[in-house]
Amino acid sequence: MLAWTIYISFLGVLVLMLLPKGNASAARKAAMLTAVAGLFIALLGFVRFQPGETVTVTDAEWIPSLGIRYHLAADGISLTLVLLTGLAAVTGILFSWNIEHRAKEFFAFYLALIGGVYGVFLSFDAFLLFVFYEIAIIPKYFIIAIWGSTRREYGAMKLALYSFVGSAMVLIGLIAAYVVAGAHTMSIGELAKYPFPHGFQLWAFPLVFVGFAILAGLWPFHTWAPTGHVAAPTAASMLLAGVVMKLGAYGSLRVAMTLFPEGLDDWGFGVMGFHSWRDVIALLAVTGIVYGAMVALVQKDFKFVIGYSSVSHMGFVLLGLVTLNTIGLSGAVLQMFSHGVIAGLLFAVVGRMVYDRTHTRELSVLEGMQLSKAIPFAATTFVIAGMASMGLPGFSGFVAELQVLIGAWKAYPTLAVITGVGIVIGVAYTLRAVQKVFFGERGGTSSTSSHSSGNEDGDAVEHVPPISVPERIGAVLLIGASLLIGLYPRLLLDVIVPSFSSPLFDGLRKVGLQ
Amino acid sequence: MNYLELLKLAAPETIVAVAALVVLAVDLTTMRELDTRVRFIIGGMIAGVGCVAAILWMLALPAQANAFAGMLVVEPLTQFVKIALLALTIFTVLLSIESNFTTHVGEYLALILFAAVGMMFLVSAEDILMIFIALELTSLSLYILTAFNKRNIKSAEAALKYFLFGGMAAAFTLFGLSLLYGLSGATNLGQIAAALNGKGLDPLLVVAIVMTVIGFGFKVAAVPFHLWAPDAYEGAPTPSAAFIASGSKVASFFIFAKVMMIGFAGAEGSGAWHQYASGWVPVIAVVAGLSMILGNLVAIVQSSVRRLIAYSAIAHAGYMLLAVLAHDQEAVASLLYYAVTYGLTTIGAFGVVAVVQDRAGDDNLATFAGLSRRSPVISFCMMIFMLSLAGIPPLAGFFGKFYVFAAAVKTGAPNLGLMWLVILAIAMSAVSLYYYLQVLKQIYVADVPAGAPEFRAPILSQVVLGLLAAGVILLGGAPNLLVGVLQQCISAMGH
Repeated sequence: MLAWTIYISFLGVLVLMLLPKGNASAARKAAMLTAVAGLFIALLGFVRFQPGETVTVTDAEWIPSLGIRYHLAADGISLTLVLLTGLAAVTGILFSWNIEHRAKEFFAFYLALIGGVYGVFLSFDAFLLFVFYEIAIIPKYFIIAIWGSTRREYGAMKLALYSFVGSAMVLIGLIAAYVVAGAHTMSIGELAKYPFPHGFQLWAFPLVFVGFAILAGLWPFHTWAPTGHVAAPTAASMLLAGVVMKLGAYGSLRVAMTLFPEGLDDWGFGVMGFHSWRDVIALLAVTGIVYGAMVALVQKDFKFVIGYSSVSHMGFVLLGLVTLNTIGLSGAVLQMFSHGVIAGLLFAVVGRMVYDRTHTRELSVLEGMQLSKAIPFAATTFVIAGMASMGLPGFSGFVAELQVLIGAWKAYPTLAVITGVGIVIGVAYTLRAVQKVFFGERGGTSSTSSHSSGNEDGDAVEHVPPISVPERIGAVLLIGASLLIGLYPRLLLDVIVPSFSSPLFDGLRKVGLQ
Repeated sequence: MNYLELLKLAAPETIVAVAALVVLAVDLTTMRELDTRVRFIIGGMIAGVGCVAAILWMLALPAQANAFAGMLVVEPLTQFVKIALLALTIFTVLLSIESNFTTHVGEYLALILFAAVGMMFLVSAEDILMIFIALELTSLSLYILTAFNKRNIKSAEAALKYFLFGGMAAAFTLFGLSLLYGLSGATNLGQIAAALNGKGLDPLLVVAIVMTVIGFGFKVAAVPFHLWAPDAYEGAPTPSAAFIASGSKVASFFIFAKVMMIGFAGAEGSGAWHQYASGWVPVIAVVAGLSMILGNLVAIVQSSVRRLIAYSAIAHAGYMLLAVLAHDQEAVASLLYYAVTYGLTTIGAFGVVAVVQDRAGDDNLATFAGLSRRSPVISFCMMIFMLSLAGIPPLAGFFGKFYVFAAAVKTGAPNLGLMWLVILAIAMSAVSLYYYLQVLKQIYVADVPAGAPEFRAPILSQVVLGLLAAGVILLGGAPNLLVGVLQQCISAMGH
């Protein structure tokens, strides 16, 4: 059943390719139908799911001579992310309702990306997972390069190459693991049971973990993220931040940490206070949280603020992963969901509601436009999204980041304190953005008239088209999801937490998973 | 063994050779007055029927024999490679039907078939004399095919370069092989290995190894013997270039692996990290590494799509050499999977270039701008070909790479000896995505230049390219279609 999330997306691609040229309306309706069907299947799978189990969706021979199987399955972690993908897919289309230029191709690439993402989350064979992971790279490139804005070709190429370098690292690790384990299986479950030599795990783990984490925005390999997000069209930024960055974090958890758990173990010696890869990654994650927040604080471009905030929030996910306790790990997964929803909402406001209407993202220009009067809906949405992003109680971000912090407190008390500082800076940049974009004084600093793309006079603001219905639906959906999880986090946590007691994580338990 | 039996064994080759003569005769006697295109269609049909008949013969009458001590070896694996070669030949012929560079239709098609015959004999040979003769038959046909566009001075230049380098390489091969004969007193590969076994690395044997590697390195266009390739790929008529890049590659790699694995068995040495031992493996390891680095880096700066494909071909030769290095059954299977799917992909890529070049006049990257708006079908095909070459799943190029790399790592297990070369290969294939995306960027992202004329790809090209693209997707999505057959063939061989 769940496998149909993948198939239906690729079927959608086929249908779109066969549609006649130039009929944008049919294209977006077909895409919408596909995405809604995907979300519906994901929801159905979620409702039917019994916490703690691992549902095998399909398990068939694929390349028997190499022991590679077509194995799709779902546990609580994958289901949570499948659900997120469905939600992001639907809302992404709602916020790209205004795409007219080569709409058919846009939605075809879009659905191909979605199909790949579903595939990654459902794969329980490392080879299959890698196949889907790479399928997701190419559509991203085209979506950004064709429909993007600022420096789109540069941003797209940078993103594609970063992703590909990351996946090259993963491929090296996977081939080595495959051969060392006897070259007869690629199943994640089987490989997780195989006792890889300690020395091997110590180099394979960082290779594969970082290879995946590049896509999760691990500092200092995060630089693709802000440029990519800024260059991308709204729907693509939403997907990039919403689900693609999760692909990386998910891969780190599902592949690197389960296959090579001893890679998290102590080296047996210390270098500058580091005693294991775990320490190194924890520090990089916290650096990402604080650095991302600080850089977001000084951005002049509205979208860059959100771009760097993504780096900061993804730091929580990576930090949660290396806390090695259930509360931190489940917090990480919850944060993946939460950030997926909130980042999607933030990018929707920036890209679709504001930029598509004002054609500028310069904070100093927007300051003079009094957008809270022109598009009050956008202002309300952004204030709510900002509150969720800051981690105010009642929103999903609060629960998730709190869990990660508690987990981190147990493992790395000092880093947890520094993370707290990062959260405070997070409040600062969000409030700064809210204030500048929506509640700026007329004629404030808009005298900086050097912006060629802006319309500084503020006259055009009165003619801003009102927020359309699809946008409203999308915003309500995302806010609703964040509120729902914020008020009733057990909805997801009950599904996520038992997953960590599956045999897949036996290896992690040996190195200290509590 | 009497001649009738021999004829039976060599029937596929004979059928193709007869088809070549028929094409020549029919064109010469009855079609002189007709339009070039009609002549190409009729000639192409005859050639295609010949190839299909040869394929059917091999499928219907499986044979296993070894005639005259390795002069003609017929076994499931050689039959498989021949079928693949004939399939590539058919696609080359189909590609040439739309071309308009020559009026010597019969000669052109006949030469393609003769080259195919040479490749088929090459695949079947396990005797150094026969190998050399077959190699020359192939090469001489390919030289002429390269020069066939008499209206284009680049074609002549390319052919001359190809010929001069090729002649030199043939001399090296002959020198290496004659040293082998001198050392062992035998011309059969198996007997050579038996005679050399246990004697250690004679200095003369080292010379023989190096000379042979030079000779075959030229055929597969590996660095530093690659200099002819970019010019030949750029100057030759497109179908010729496609054939050189696909059929010739498959046959050469097969015989290269065979000579090294059977003829030099026992002189492998080791190219593993920190475990270097002299032999042919370290020699080829260096050649492979250089090919990957130079091919990929130089491809980045090319502005002609054909030259880009040429340098990427050099890089791919480097990847395929990894399988030669691994020298076991698994490696042969991976090499053949890689070479065959690579052949299909390259023919396709050249097919797209041919369509564009015929209409726009050149093959510069800029000429491809906005192609997706003007001809969506062939653009989509090109996307499949380029992404497959870059190694993006689920296309054939990805599985080929995975298979070859896994085979190469496996031979060094448990200490992962050749891992260093595999890491280099994977890193370099990450680089390669950049230039393949450059092509796709022009096709999909760039705008159609203002005032560009209406552009229609011929239906036949669209169908052929669509078939090739479907093949690349299918073989990548279900690699077992090919891998399963290959493994059966290899286990039936019983080496």
